Amino acid sequence: MVIAIMRRRLLDSPMTAHVVNRSAAERTLARQFAEHERREPSPVRAAAFARFAAAGLPTRRVEAWHYTDLRASMADAAPILPAPTRAHIEAARSRLAGLGRFAAGPRVVLLGGSFIEELSDRLPTGVSIAEGPVTVNAVDDPLAALNEALSPSGCTILVAREAKLVEPITFLHFADEVSSYSVYSRTAIALDAGAQASFVEIFDGAHAGVQRHAATIMTLAEGARARHVAVVGDEPGLHVETQIFELAETAELTAFGLVSGGELTRRQVFVRMTGDAAKVSLGGLALIDRARRADTTLQVVHAAPSGTSREFYRAIVDDDAVGVFQGKVIVERAAQKTDGSMKSQAILLSPRAQMNEKPELEIFADDVVCGHGATVASLDPEQVFYLESRGISNSDAKGMLLEAFGGESIDRIEDGLLVGPLRARLAAWLETRKAKT
Amino acid sequence: MTVNSTGRARAQDRGMLEIKNLRVSIEDKLILDNLSLTVNAGEVAAIMGPNGSGKSTLAYVLAGKPAYAVLSGEILLDGENLLELEPNERALKGVFLAFQYPTEIPGVAAMTFLKAALNAQRRARGEGDLTTPDFVRRVREAANALKIDQEMLRRPLNVGFSGGEKKRFEVLQMALLAPRLGVLDETDSGLDIDALRVVAEGVNALREPKRAFVVITHYQRLLDYIKPDVVHVMTRGRIVATGGPELALELERNGYRDYAEEAA
Repeated sequence: MVIAIMRRRLLDSPMTAHVVNRSAAERTLARQFAEHERREPSPVRAAAFARFAAAGLPTRRVEAWHYTDLRASMADAAPILPAPTRAHIEAARSRLAGLGRFAAGPRVVLLGGSFIEELSDRLPTGVSIAEGPVTVNAVDDPLAALNEALSPSGCTILVAREAKLVEPITFLHFADEVSSYSVYSRTAIALDAGAQASFVEIFDGAHAGVQRHAATIMTLAEGARARHVAVVGDEPGLHVETQIFELAETAELTAFGLVSGGELTRRQVFVRMTGDAAKVSLGGLALIDRARRADTTLQVVHAAPSGTSREFYRAIVDDDAVGVFQGKVIVERAAQKTDGSMKSQAILLSPRAQMNEKPELEIFADDVVCGHGATVASLDPEQVFYLESRGISNSDAKGMLLEAFGGESIDRIEDGLLVGPLRARLAAWLETRKAKT
Repeated sequence: MTVNSTGRARAQDRGMLEIKNLRVSIEDKLILDNLSLTVNAGEVAAIMGPNGSGKSTLAYVLAGKPAYAVLSGEILLDGENLLELEPNERALKGVFLAFQYPTEIPGVAAMTFLKAALNAQRRARGEGDLTTPDFVRRVREAANALKIDQEMLRRPLNVGFSGGEKKRFEVLQMALLAPRLGVLDETDSGLDIDALRVVAEGVNALREPKRAFVVITHYQRLLDYIKPDVVHVMTRGRIVATGGPELALELERNGYRDYAEEAA
């Protein structure tokens, strides 16, 4: 990635004294949005783009982006992938035939951010899909706004009241083979009261020329229970994923993200507990090697009393890679009896590997139990030696310890249909690592 | 091990483990100072000594723990210099260290670990991996003999094990890996008398002419249950006296004072 920013202020005009020069990428994005507006104008999108444009691409000065200077990293915005044609769909169909499935259950296929019904499985009883714009109470983030401005109309999955799904529903965000492009997608999931369902979002097939902007918006009505797993295992140049979760009374969410590829990945998770006694368990595992950079940033808001939040994130960082974990838990004044605990742990495997950890609590209520902790360490030589002393080779011993370290974050999902495939991904990553050394 | 002739086997058995003039330091502090020791096959050699005499260092250096600097000397097992081998290679040659403080390893189930260790040994011998039923049967038999609950084996390795459970699990591993040389580092520490008896019986069941044990202990108590053939006294990083089991009793009565002065 090319770093080329020059900040100049137009001092000769008082009107523009505070306007910073737009970067090449920002200028391209503005042009892309203008074209989009010409085709299908929308005041909602225009408002979203205005929010993005006011902030611009984030730099280190934006607190939530402190460790990932997107403005510097993004030399330009690649052309937006056009809506899939018949030829694209047929090409995808044949590529899909050779692609293994991540988990059991029905699969929904998205190409270029659009839902492709003919490539997707039938959804089970109690689940319906509606195409159309996905809007949401905006979160305060320029990339979330950009996603809203530039995504195709998107789709919403509705899980009916009290419907209880056994198998997860997988959304496959399937990349195109075109050389260089950007893709925007926006998926909404709404669980009605008492519904129970699991969802997987797999990002697959992307190469270094791909800039991906994905957003998932999930709302859980009273007493609904959902699991959500996101898997980034392909190799996009840029992956920006925004997740927005909103939980009503006694709703429960378990969300997990696995990152094992991509040059620059940014997963930003916004959770808001608006109803009493909601429960959230967030987790993730970042497997980062070579010159990759993986950023996970959370904002969890307790807006109602008696909520529980758990965050448990782990990262294995090798070579020259850089990991970022930022977690902010906000307990609003109304959210008495909140029980919050956040933990982030990383293992560095190379002297050049880096991990940046920033856990934060902002508490405005006075009767809460909240804590956080972050650790960065190497593999424990005592543990390695214990395994070696039983005849296990140094590389196998390290592999076992890393598998255990990563596996513990996966196990917290507590669903065999999801834990098994995720652990298989971890094992595969460790195998390629072993082959490399 | 491969033995070409009985003559050679006998010669090896006499000095199965030979430590010659071993000098070892950690962080520039000399811990083992010209230590020499011979252990014959079939023998249980007790090493007794006061705190800080270097007993545990000797155990770790035999097993190849990094962080210790071997300045000079040799450790020969069946004529082969262990100092040139990685820790896992030593284990595959038949060295087994029962740790004084077995390391807790969260996230690795005890059974997964046992299988990895047994299969590493089998692969080194050119044998195929154990089938799951065969593996489970072996572990169950060995566990029953040591009064180890199957439930314990499903837990993460050594995590939440009591002191007694940890030591029994060490002996279970030793039984399954059937080493040529078992090194027991303060195996009696932290054990009540019942647990000590179970552990000692486990070790005694493994005694055989082709196998030797180095039993490191501070107290004579363990040696009531694991009867040594030879007792070595270690102070200030070297062996200062060697005798029969009666030497342990004498140490119990008089303490290490005489030897400490002698070494000074």
